[in-house]
Amino acid sequence: MANVLELVDIRKSFGKELVLNQLSLSVPEHTATVLIGASGSGKSTLLRCINLLESIDDGQIFLDGSEISDPLINVDEVRRKLGMVFQSFNLFPHKTVLENITLAPIKVQGKIKEEAIEVAQKLLKRFDLADKADQYPDRLSGGQQQRVAIIRSLAINPRLLLLDEITSALDPVLVNEVLSIVRDLKGDGMTMVLATHEMGFATQVADEVCFLESGNILERGSAQDVLHNPKNAKTQEFLKRVHQAGRL
Amino acid sequence: MTERINSAWSPSSREVERGVARRRISRRQGLIAAVSSILVIGTLITIVISSPGWEVVKRTFFDIGYGREVFPTVISGLWINLQLTFIGGACIGVIALGLALMRTTKSPALTPFRFLATAYVDIFRGAPLILIILLVGFGVPALRLTGISSNVIFLGTVAVVLTYSAYVAEVIRSGILSIHPSQRAAARSLGLTSGQTMRYVVLPQAIRRVVPPLLNDFVSLLKDTGLVSILGVTDAVRAAQINASRTFNYTPYVVAAILFLLITIPMTRYTDRAIRQRTSAQNSEGVI
Repeated sequence: MANVLELVDIRKSFGKELVLNQLSLSVPEHTATVLIGASGSGKSTLLRCINLLESIDDGQIFLDGSEISDPLINVDEVRRKLGMVFQSFNLFPHKTVLENITLAPIKVQGKIKEEAIEVAQKLLKRFDLADKADQYPDRLSGGQQQRVAIIRSLAINPRLLLLDEITSALDPVLVNEVLSIVRDLKGDGMTMVLATHEMGFATQVADEVCFLESGNILERGSAQDVLHNPKNAKTQEFLKRVHQAGRL
Repeated sequence: MTERINSAWSPSSREVERGVARRRISRRQGLIAAVSSILVIGTLITIVISSPGWEVVKRTFFDIGYGREVFPTVISGLWINLQLTFIGGACIGVIALGLALMRTTKSPALTPFRFLATAYVDIFRGAPLILIILLVGFGVPALRLTGISSNVIFLGTVAVVLTYSAYVAEVIRSGILSIHPSQRAAARSLGLTSGQTMRYVVLPQAIRRVVPPLLNDFVSLLKDTGLVSILGVTDAVRAAQINASRTFNYTPYVVAAILFLLITIPMTRYTDRAIRQRTSAQNSEGVI
């Protein structure tokens, strides 16, 4: 299996604070890599670096074998191949659900409007949001908004989907409707990297789980190994705290 | 799905009682407001009318007959103010948007423009409008450049546009800066270029957000067009001045003021309403 994403010795600091330290990671095609770890362990920064929303200080990032951490690369072209979903949805409030989804296909990929709308409506229908097409985001529940945000990133046919704690801003009842979309996408064979605090969900979808601590991956392996039989003392401690918080 | 409100609902007896109580309270409040208004306004009118100079003031400022006589010249002057406001307003909108975009750009190719735009805003926002009008109105013709009109209406408009573009650019810029960076991140992560992000995501939200302060500036613009009268443009203020200095009766000024108010008061009311609608859409204030 070819690696869609390959990270080699990534280093990133904000001022004096070292956020990612010599981090390496391979993501084969059709797999889901789940990043776990406490807040501030570097999960979000890692995802933002992959999407080139942050520039790295050292190391290399390869997408389908070509280096995207090259400063001469066209960042807009790289981002066209990557879908990103944020914790706070970040839908465009002045655009309807349909307009949110079709903006990039029309303006970035140059699709004709009718075609983009057709694709968007198919996706909305698939994820039970067909009746919300003409609504503005603020009329939707948090779960619906996040589902629209996922659809928006799917509409550009990404090679790789980056999901940054997409259920952390939702109440427990709404979490599941969002996660079920991700499960569906996993079933479709979408390649994904996701940061999450939902350990049960991680167990279901992860091909590999990485435990991040102060900018490095301390333990990695199958969900069974890392989440249910951790070797590293720090992983054990983290999972114990998650367990105490009732999230496992 | 939201449930439809049951149309067969009839208020409970408790709700009916509350309704009666609410109406009683609001009647009482209306009465208090009326009495208080009559007292305050009545006192003010009495003070003015009973003042020793009132008769003279009435003759020189509120001469209804003379007011009617000068009305046509003042109102044709006001037409100039309105033209200046709308033509100037359109130019200001375009220039200010350009300045705001230049000031918020990070593109290295536009660095000199960013610097120039900042300098422009600093100068024209900081200098009194009346000085700019005098400098442009008398300075530009003195240059004797061919092709540049020395028409005072044109030069007056230019001066007003120069100054207001700086004000409005700052309002638009503040709107652009008020859009949360996460919106930009979302747009860029979809592959939109920084230009497309500005055009389709940031600017539409920013402009919507600054419509109330822009309307406010529009009202000020209308009033400030009166300042071009110092160049000799026969606008409403100048027309009133000519008449007043001919007869030493100041009623034309009052006529001009009333005409300005007839336009600006509805405009400010409309602006207030626009601001209220914006805020109430964003946060519900409840009954307070």
